[in-house]
Amino acid sequence: MATTSHEPTTTRADPEGISGAAVRRGDRTFLGLSTGAGLLVLVVMAAIAVFLVWKAIPSIQADSANFFTEGQWLPDSDPPVFGIAVLLFGTLWTSIIALVIAVPIGYGIALFIAFYAQRRLASTLAFIVDLLAAVPSIIFGLWGLYNFMPYVVPFSQWLSEYLGFIPIFANSQELWTKSILMAGLVLAIMILPTVSAISREVFVQVPRMHVEAALALGATRWEMIRMAVFPFSRPGMISAAMLGLGRALGETIAVALILSAAFEINWAITEPGGNSFAANIALKWGEAGEVGRSALIASGLVLFFITLVVNMSARWVIARRKDFSGAN
Amino acid sequence: MTRTRLAAIAAATFAGALLLSACGGSGDSGSGSDSGGSNVVGDITCVDGSIKAAGSSAQANAITQWITDYQITCEGATIDYQPVGSGAGVEQFIAAQTSFAGTDSAMKDEDLVAANERCGGGPAINLPMVGGAIAVAYNLEGVDSLVLNPDTLAGIFTSTITKWNDPAITALNPDATLPDATIAQFHRSDSSGTTDNFTKYLATTAPGVWTYEPGKDWVAPGGQGSKGSDQVMASVDSTPNSIGYVELSYVLYSQVAKAASIDNGGGPVEATSENAANTISGAEVVGEGNNLALKIDYAVSTPGAYPIVLVTYEGVCQTGLAADQNPALVKAFLQYAASDAAQGDLIEAGYVPITGDLLTKVRAAVEAMS
Repeated sequence: MATTSHEPTTTRADPEGISGAAVRRGDRTFLGLSTGAGLLVLVVMAAIAVFLVWKAIPSIQADSANFFTEGQWLPDSDPPVFGIAVLLFGTLWTSIIALVIAVPIGYGIALFIAFYAQRRLASTLAFIVDLLAAVPSIIFGLWGLYNFMPYVVPFSQWLSEYLGFIPIFANSQELWTKSILMAGLVLAIMILPTVSAISREVFVQVPRMHVEAALALGATRWEMIRMAVFPFSRPGMISAAMLGLGRALGETIAVALILSAAFEINWAITEPGGNSFAANIALKWGEAGEVGRSALIASGLVLFFITLVVNMSARWVIARRKDFSGAN
Repeated sequence: MTRTRLAAIAAATFAGALLLSACGGSGDSGSGSDSGGSNVVGDITCVDGSIKAAGSSAQANAITQWITDYQITCEGATIDYQPVGSGAGVEQFIAAQTSFAGTDSAMKDEDLVAANERCGGGPAINLPMVGGAIAVAYNLEGVDSLVLNPDTLAGIFTSTITKWNDPAITALNPDATLPDATIAQFHRSDSSGTTDNFTKYLATTAPGVWTYEPGKDWVAPGGQGSKGSDQVMASVDSTPNSIGYVELSYVLYSQVAKAASIDNGGGPVEATSENAANTISGAEVVGEGNNLALKIDYAVSTPGAYPIVLVTYEGVCQTGLAADQNPALVKAFLQYAASDAAQGDLIEAGYVPITGDLLTKVRAAVEAMS
């Protein structure tokens, strides 16, 4: 590592290399390259949007039901009947459950790493949490299905037995596997690294002086976190949650494996059921006909917009609170 | 630093791949010059060259086995079959990207029109090559044999029968001790030809109970969806008191689940390849000429004919396949596929062979290809 970082200084022996003209030429090249890289992102985004709209139009024209309110998905029947109502519901409902579980835990991990843990433990823990982000989602799906699900079933039964008077915990089917709750739990684990890594970055940027001033005034560590860290970090914490949400919304294969993929809107989180945009595309693409594929792309377009809105509002929250933000 | 190392590894892998493919290439051309075009080894006519094909994943294992066997004998031949799904397979065939398509349901009239054009007038035809049986797999401790009839099966899969000791089930199984437990019903959550054929069976034989449109997507209420036959089988295996429908081979290899016998009115019939072959060979040919599209008689009540079957086809050009897509190799490969040896291998793999008069017709249709 050390040798490579010294290499540039030793190779820059030629005095011509640091003359004014060369620097200006290099500057211009670099400016061009970096501008090009920036523009490339915009071009790719635009290309994706155009592709999705272009491919989605035929099916939306062919759809004999309302694309936004219809719950069935039969685009290859005659006439085609399909809509995104169930997909939208399932995508949001699983993602909300994932957020409710993952966000508090993610903040907790970040706070522990930033303020409570010893340096050595903190860096090890941070490394392990980051490692969680590197696990492929199919692994999460298979693990969730075969290893995790048997432990969630008794928990679901407990929920419905003692909290069944709340409609979302009720279970009238007496079946407990492949539920929205199960998918939400696995998604929560998957977005945990995103939430905790970003909020950790924000927490460590809290000015040292704020922290020390709070402690010097006699605040306990928790009071210091509440008074000095949270106000400073709030926009960053919100954007951490939003980026986690973005990942949960788009998660495909783990959800496709776990959810029962029923086309009905069911609020009961312990019963089998639910579906999501991304999972539905993965499940239906292979055997879909011409209208079917176009319809799946149309649903992808909706997901594209939802994720765009989520990410833009995260940016907006950060920008609005820029003065206090540690995230920029 | 990490980047550099990654790049180095990538470069090394790439170079390795090049080296390997180079070796493969030289090996191929060597044997090609030895065999000198086409020659006959046993039932196999060897033709050099390569073809691409794509389609149904249901027949993928059978096709892959045949490809392996063919290529072992004929070193100069390379056949690539991608299990991309029937819809995509037919699409690629029509777009002239592949030499033949594998499909779970025979190409329909509008597909055939496009396919005829792609075959330079053609015609394009459907050849039934690989049959399958759909088994109703159940996981019930202490119940070694279970008989179901169409109405009961439809009741279970539409969630109108929800308990194992329902009178409808106990009446069919007087000797079994059926538990007072909820039936955990599993179906496919992805689109599949298996669901298509299973729901066609239910719609034909139990129209009073199964009131939904048959199709590739599951539409009945209740139950739980799992992705792919492997996951349905795994779900049934791991869930007590469960039931699901899978291709026969899955339940043969299961340690836990067993296949139910189906009673279409002529007495219970066990789910075996032989029993399913009886139903397929009795199917009516509805295509014209050498287009051997079949209409399966799901309501068959002949003793020894297992009724829940599916037939997968190869969609091919009878004539007019472009020379660079190697029509001679397609024909030689399909000749092998229709041979007794290749069809015999199907039973072992959990598939169902094409037999009797139908196989004779398939062979005649392959012979007519040029």
